[in-house]
Amino acid sequence: MSDIIAIDGLSKTYESGFTALRDVNLHIRKGEIFALLGPNGAGKTTLISIVCGIVNPGPGTVLVDGCDIRRDYRAARSRIGLVPQELSTDAFETVWATVNFSRGLFGKPADPAYVEKVLRDLSLWDKRKDKIMALSGGMKRRVMIAKALAHEPAILFLDEPTAGVDVELRRDMWNLVRGLRERGVTIILTTHYIEEAEEMADRVGVISGGEIILVEHTRTLMEKLGRKELRLQLAAPLEAIPAGLSDLNLVLEGDGHELVYGFDARHDQADVAGLLRRLGEQGIEFRDLRTRESSLEDIFVDLVHNRRTGD
Amino acid sequence: MNLHGVKAIYLFEMARTWRTLMQSIASPVISTSLYFVVFGSAIGSRMVEIDGISYGAFIIPGLIMLMLLNESISNASFGIYMPKFTGTIYEVLSAPISPLEIVAGYVGAAASKSIILGLLILATSRLFVDFSIAHPVAMIGFLALTAVTFSLFGFIIGVWADGFEKLQIIPMMIVTPLTFLGGTFYSVNMLPPVWQTVTLFNPVVYLVSGFRWSFYGVADVHLAVSLGMTLVFMLVCVGLITWIFKTGYRLRT
Repeated sequence: MSDIIAIDGLSKTYESGFTALRDVNLHIRKGEIFALLGPNGAGKTTLISIVCGIVNPGPGTVLVDGCDIRRDYRAARSRIGLVPQELSTDAFETVWATVNFSRGLFGKPADPAYVEKVLRDLSLWDKRKDKIMALSGGMKRRVMIAKALAHEPAILFLDEPTAGVDVELRRDMWNLVRGLRERGVTIILTTHYIEEAEEMADRVGVISGGEIILVEHTRTLMEKLGRKELRLQLAAPLEAIPAGLSDLNLVLEGDGHELVYGFDARHDQADVAGLLRRLGEQGIEFRDLRTRESSLEDIFVDLVHNRRTGD
Repeated sequence: MNLHGVKAIYLFEMARTWRTLMQSIASPVISTSLYFVVFGSAIGSRMVEIDGISYGAFIIPGLIMLMLLNESISNASFGIYMPKFTGTIYEVLSAPISPLEIVAGYVGAAASKSIILGLLILATSRLFVDFSIAHPVAMIGFLALTAVTFSLFGFIIGVWADGFEKLQIIPMMIVTPLTFLGGTFYSVNMLPPVWQTVTLFNPVVYLVSGFRWSFYGVADVHLAVSLGMTLVFMLVCVGLITWIFKTGYRLRT
């Protein structure tokens, strides 16, 4: 799969002296869903804003489908649709007018049939004559997406698209994202709902302190850095881990009533079987057991925390 | 060239005018009509002719210019300030459109509105005063040139302003006083010699004088000087806007 966005050596320092990006290298592949994760102030929005042309770039290069965002900005920007985090809309315009405005602004001739399709896909068709000020927050969010799609972009940036939206809209939105991906649109999203990134994204990038600290396939990341946990409710409390089990990664919790066994997600269940056999040999009985797999959120928190603490 | 983009901005801005017809069109026309009633009919009937022109007719170019300057600045500054205020400017900045095209859309719409208003006021004034236009082509030319120049100036104010208050400061505190003192209601020749010299530092004098020449063939300053001063101011505005887009001043961080 070829790269549709190639960012190399990109840095950005604002006039205030704040460095938002440090030597960022990031390549996004055509047709993928890429989730950019990072804590607040990590540089996600600055990075997106530079690619889209809203913020002046610092040193480094950014190519969008082979077009330099500085030298060939028209070609680069015409390929991009952006749904910003803030609900910035023209309150007094109708839905129909504002979506058509966006299409024209991006250099496309009027195409009522296409705009109708976009509005229908987003359940906005019935609202087309309504002024935006009369719409609910969720509907305004749909309008923002319709505006971003109005010029048929090859790349769609979604900056926190599901922040503050209800469950129904979130589900509709992800269905739309899946549909766009099937049509070949590359989607780059930032989200605080990391479980969504885990479910939706082909690859994940983690940015912290203005630096990309990891880019990985979501599944590979889960396998590489994910951890599993086995929790055993003991029949009788233990005061300490028996010496015969000290070679295992065991922790006692709940005043000795719970034994927690942490192991790598890549290891197979034989480890668990081995643990249970050795517990029997030690005469330790248990009443219940459950396993838990770490989520992308756990991995993300670990990565960012380790980065901050220098581990 | 992104002509669809220019058209989108232009039509978007013009749509705002039609949406707020009372505020955009009717209000300036009514207020200028009041000037004609007070200065043209009530006071004007007791005034002597100036340069062989009745006082009511004499003030028409000045009054149109007064409205033209204020409306051009107000329309253009509001046009670019609102997207900044609401945050929708992100869309213009991320669009494949050049600075020249952005300015053409916003300034074109602001100037169009002002020209329409100017012509409406001209038509309205006919209801109050009898007058003729000696050089109609030059009159339209001056009208368009002034509307574009001051719309460019308004665009600069709109980019510079970071609050609604600032949008009003320059039109209220500078442009309106300069217009009133720029020969709108009198001929510069009527002033004492010292004030005549002081008045020549007021750029609006050149606009009013040139515009009045297109109506009656008489002017306070030479036509070429009027035209030259207007063009100089226009070039200064173009230079400032070029700098704004080059540096991203208050548009791109």
